[in-house]
Amino acid sequence: MSVRSSGSQPIQIEQDVVLARQTARKLAQECGMRLIDLTKMVTAVSELARNTMVYGGGGDMDWEILEESGRTGLRLVFRDEGPGIPDLKLAMTDGWTSGGGLGLGLTGARRLVEEFELETEPGKGTRITITRWT
Amino acid sequence: MERIPILQMGGFLLVTIQVDMHDQLALTLQDDLSERISQISARGVLIDISALDMVDSFIGRMIGTISGLSKIMDAETVLVGMQPAVAITLVELGMTLPGVSTALNVERGMKLLRERVREQ
Repeated sequence: MSVRSSGSQPIQIEQDVVLARQTARKLAQECGMRLIDLTKMVTAVSELARNTMVYGGGGDMDWEILEESGRTGLRLVFRDEGPGIPDLKLAMTDGWTSGGGLGLGLTGARRLVEEFELETEPGKGTRITITRWT
Repeated sequence: MERIPILQMGGFLLVTIQVDMHDQLALTLQDDLSERISQISARGVLIDISALDMVDSFIGRMIGTISGLSKIMDAETVLVGMQPAVAITLVELGMTLPGVSTALNVERGMKLLRERVREQ
């Protein structure tokens, strides 16, 4: 697996969530993603970037365009140094929310991507990696 | 402050969302709409999202809230123009927008609103 290009951008304020979506859209287009897959990826980015901002107290989105045996993939990492997720099982339950939302952000985002990886430690922060291949 | 315009057409309100909305903008629209419904005693609200290439759980919730609050203010809401990829993503996300009426385009949406209001 090789990395064709990579970058990073901050997610601190609401406008950054919009910018994260726009970056993800541009990258997904570069990867040649189909419209439906692109839409799912951008929607997942919206959910995760909002979580980074609201629950993680701000953080960053790192991106990579990957190449592996003729396939192109988009990998995005959302990382923060916030309070972490104390009860992961609960957080991954549909409809459960610690904020004022519907509790679909994390679980919904997982359903929208092919690869979903979550690392979290109370007091240290959260790191979520999502990947979609074309 | 940035705002999404709300147009009046007789007893109906028409909202066309054409920008990539940040969360505060969505909340402002929700507040503005409830105020306008009460101000003009609107009978119906038409929300055109044909320019939106993404609807996440936040915007989905806003749409559900607008529909719910207009109902208790005696106005009908119809959501029109959802792109197919957006619809598929919304369902996969787990949002089926229960209780929200939809139509394929503005013309059909207006027709639906007129019929609903005539029935009452």
